[in-house]
Amino acid sequence: MNNIIVYCEIDEGSVVDVSLELLTKGRKLADELKCELEAVAIGHEMKGIEKEIFPYGVDTLFLAEESRLYPYLTLPHASILTKLFNEEKPQIALFGATSIGRDLAPRIASALKCGLTADCTSLEIGEHRDKKLKKDYTDLLYQIRPAFGGNIIATIINPETRPQMATVREGVMKKEIYAPNYKGKAKKLDVSKYINEEDFVVKILERHIETKKIDIKNSQIIVSGGYGVGSKENFDLLFELADVLGGEVGGSRAAVDAGFIPHERQVGQTGITVRPHLYIACGISGAVQHRAGMEESAMIISINKDPNAPINNIADYAIIGDVGEVIPKMIKYYKKNAK
Amino acid sequence: MKGYKIIVLAKQVPDTRNVGKDAMKADGTVNRAALPAVFNPEDLKALEQALRLKDNNPGSTVTILTMGPGRAAEIIREGLYRGVDDGVLITDRKFAGSDTLATSYAISLAIRKMAPYDIILSGRQAIDGDTAQVGPQAAEKIGIPQVTYCEEIISISKKSVQIKRRLERGVETVEAPLPVLVTVHGSAPDCRSRNARLLMKYKHAETVTEMQDSTDDYLDLHDARPYLKIKEWTVDDLNADEAWLGLSGSPTKVKKVTNVVFTAKESKVLGDKDEDIEELIKELLENHTIG
Repeated sequence: MNNIIVYCEIDEGSVVDVSLELLTKGRKLADELKCELEAVAIGHEMKGIEKEIFPYGVDTLFLAEESRLYPYLTLPHASILTKLFNEEKPQIALFGATSIGRDLAPRIASALKCGLTADCTSLEIGEHRDKKLKKDYTDLLYQIRPAFGGNIIATIINPETRPQMATVREGVMKKEIYAPNYKGKAKKLDVSKYINEEDFVVKILERHIETKKIDIKNSQIIVSGGYGVGSKENFDLLFELADVLGGEVGGSRAAVDAGFIPHERQVGQTGITVRPHLYIACGISGAVQHRAGMEESAMIISINKDPNAPINNIADYAIIGDVGEVIPKMIKYYKKNAK
Repeated sequence: MKGYKIIVLAKQVPDTRNVGKDAMKADGTVNRAALPAVFNPEDLKALEQALRLKDNNPGSTVTILTMGPGRAAEIIREGLYRGVDDGVLITDRKFAGSDTLATSYAISLAIRKMAPYDIILSGRQAIDGDTAQVGPQAAEKIGIPQVTYCEEIISISKKSVQIKRRLERGVETVEAPLPVLVTVHGSAPDCRSRNARLLMKYKHAETVTEMQDSTDDYLDLHDARPYLKIKEWTVDDLNADEAWLGLSGSPTKVKKVTNVVFTAKESKVLGDKDEDIEELIKELLENHTIG
């Protein structure tokens, strides 16, 4: 009762990264609140999923298995979670801000009439005093997120309703094993008690999901380009540099909108959030929306003709120059000096 | 009955994509007055899907439903200029401060009042909040299924609709029974432009409040052409329970808002000379940033 619960999104029988990141965060919050961490996995053919989940410090794993529960459908997953939350009364419920989490969480929040904050980038525990009601709250979940196109950062709380629900974007929190041999309990749910036939009115006719995606998020070196790169052809230089350094190529929204690179490579508030060892920003001015997705990179190098580009303020090294001239030099001197 | 009854949920939003220096006030709050108000981009894409359904299914009607202050009637006119049949603005001071749950409650009551309907379309999310919550929450409150992240409505029949969804790593085609609420993804086709003939026809379309505030008197015109009256509903028209509206109906509270500021780091500025670049590469190799 009154624990923290994380919805574990399942892809091909294993848990997706963002859910593992949430388990890591959930464990820390549970330690702080002195409560237990729970997880729920809904799907089909999830053999061995416990072994994947328990090392993140999960005390109880609820399992709902049935052939019709994978691939994901809104209504049955929402029915199971709504009923489970009513029974378990978690104080906090966390979801990945994926196409699944953002489809599912609002449906449940509406059914439970509780507060939900989308796309959080940080979660903390804190207190609150309602000055009007002269009422003090402790151990509230601070749900911190960019809003207004990334121009402000808002801290949202749900003082009265439970669970305090939030979705969190992939890649903004660390994924860390808590204890490799952590002992949790697995509880199988009697699925028939949680769903009814009307939950299956929407049918999946066809799915084309690519198994291998471009893995920018897990790349330790990212060479990223903006509108200032100028053309699709000039992006070839970025690919060349990324290839030489063993990294990936990303881009700003302006570069995506201009058609220089595909959307799946977009870094920023509406794209992917990254935190590589090295982020090389080429011809990127550094709008807040872009910075929101990369400013936690360990080292940032900017290459820009404009010495006053905002990106230079957060860069460790600001190279003032033309991308088309600087990158070939970087490749040349890398090849010369690297063993 | 021929055709389908289609409702489009749309929102007028401050254009957060083009935020200038004066967008924030000194106290860190947003200066809404400095931002132009626009038709939420993904709602426009939902509108296009609705208009295509209407084009392909004679006898269909499209109604825009929006919630906001009086000036939000502008986006209903934008819809009328593009082929929408009519619009409803729900507006009331009692809605002020509503979060997504309270908003979806008000929207769901308005939708119920508009019944029967076949399909409800909206953008996936609005650019001022990016939450993507009101659509699914409204669907839950009305008790109908939802299909989010729609890129294209492939086909529709009296019983069901087939929808292509755009997901992170691919596409999925689903079939849902009617009525259904569909949210449309940014990858869907852009909305058509205004139609000159419709622009002439509807340029004096107004809500009652707008007519009262206007210096021009179109009362006779509106009596002669009832289609120029944009419906305006308040809390009373919706029979809403006020406890579920506005601040009191909103479980989420904003505790704090901070303006995003540049956190200046010690930056080392380099030129594009060969020596500078070679020096940098050597340094990166030495501290193992690159290997």
